[in-house]
Amino acid sequence: MPQVVIVGGGTGGSIVANQMARQLNKELQDGTVSISVIADSPDHIYQPLFLYLAFDQATPQDMRKPERQILDRHVRLISGEANRIDAEAQRVILTDGTSIPYDYLVIATGSRPAPEQIPGLVEGGHQFYTEDGAIQLRQALRDFSGGRLVVTVGVPHKCPVAPLEFTFMVQEWLKTRGLGDKTEVVYTYPIGRVHSIESVANWAAPVLEERHIETHTFFNMESIDPETHTITSLEGDTLSYDLLVAIPPHVGQDVIGRSGLGDAGQWIPTDRHTLQMIGHDNIFVLGDATNLPISKAGSTAHFEADVVAANLVHRLRGGLGMMSYDGKVFCFIETGLKEATYITFDYDHPPVPSMPTEMIHLYKLAYNRMYWLTPAGLL
Amino acid sequence: MAETVKIVDARGSFCPGPLMELIKGIRQEPVGTILEIWSSDQGSAKDIPEWVQRAKHELVKNFEEDGVYKIQVKKLR
Repeated sequence: MPQVVIVGGGTGGSIVANQMARQLNKELQDGTVSISVIADSPDHIYQPLFLYLAFDQATPQDMRKPERQILDRHVRLISGEANRIDAEAQRVILTDGTSIPYDYLVIATGSRPAPEQIPGLVEGGHQFYTEDGAIQLRQALRDFSGGRLVVTVGVPHKCPVAPLEFTFMVQEWLKTRGLGDKTEVVYTYPIGRVHSIESVANWAAPVLEERHIETHTFFNMESIDPETHTITSLEGDTLSYDLLVAIPPHVGQDVIGRSGLGDAGQWIPTDRHTLQMIGHDNIFVLGDATNLPISKAGSTAHFEADVVAANLVHRLRGGLGMMSYDGKVFCFIETGLKEATYITFDYDHPPVPSMPTEMIHLYKLAYNRMYWLTPAGLL
Repeated sequence: MAETVKIVDARGSFCPGPLMELIKGIRQEPVGTILEIWSSDQGSAKDIPEWVQRAKHELVKNFEEDGVYKIQVKKLR
């Protein structure tokens, strides 16, 4: 009986499991195929709400559901942490020593923020890329009585529009708190424009200027001095801050490093179209775990999962599984507290943002509630 | 012995884009590593050298081959 094992119970892993389960319903009932998901958390977390959590517009309960409820009942959920993937022996070994054999492996382990890579950042800065971090930032924003709020961006990071969204949202939020005149919002970005996407940068730069948000480009944070409240870039510039909100650099998950499957950043070498791990015909990789030069975003994992699930089902039925991923990404962009825009692009078509509207903002808020249909494999 | 060159294939990358992919490579690789960025965006041939100069790394090569812009950068610090 072919055994499909998916490491990771996030967006990508859950979509693959559920889409496969729906198509292989008969085989699963007959016991001729098995699908297992290894997840280290009992809850599935909808991470985009961390941004809203920081502004007290969402609570931790809003962003979680038990993974068991999300997965098709024919999918086996293995609760535990993968310690090592042995690609030669085709096994995943959990931290409790359990060994899970596989015929096909899907690695959907995601990435994690690594603030410890920047000296002083853990002590001196805030971030909203984890639930705890967003809760601490919520408190810091509540206690903020004015001053210089600096937003800085590490490389690589997930959700590439979040730094701009946070900047726009915090400026409006501070105004509504009556702190607009007592606050300077400062936005820094690692490359020579205010966003990696040229069209987004061309749209955002005048908006930042119009809103009197100070910007510093070519600014890659190198160290933070929590004593003097200063941040220094590797390009040699130093800025002072009263409240520092950092988008930390990210790394692939440590299980990838321990298994020797990744590069120096624990990203897995992956074919950009087939999504197979380079050199491994029976291992598929998706979402943040790949080394592909595309956005680390839920939508990326979603579109990749469509391809991986379809190809795996086809192969299990004797086909070749030749569907190709085209690099598709879709992102909403909140431009304040009342309007939003969106972008969509792939390897061959650059993104072009449209004018922000209230309708897109409302749709984003609606999607935040509809999200649960996505890991269910329905939306 | 010829120095090894690590290829970073950033063709078709609109976000994060070739320069961000280079910065990622520079951050994670040891000093002395030579990275060769592949970009399908002509702007990379100008943007990447500009950052390399600011960040005080070394531009080794900057050339175009079959419509792909290839820029080699050595990590110096």
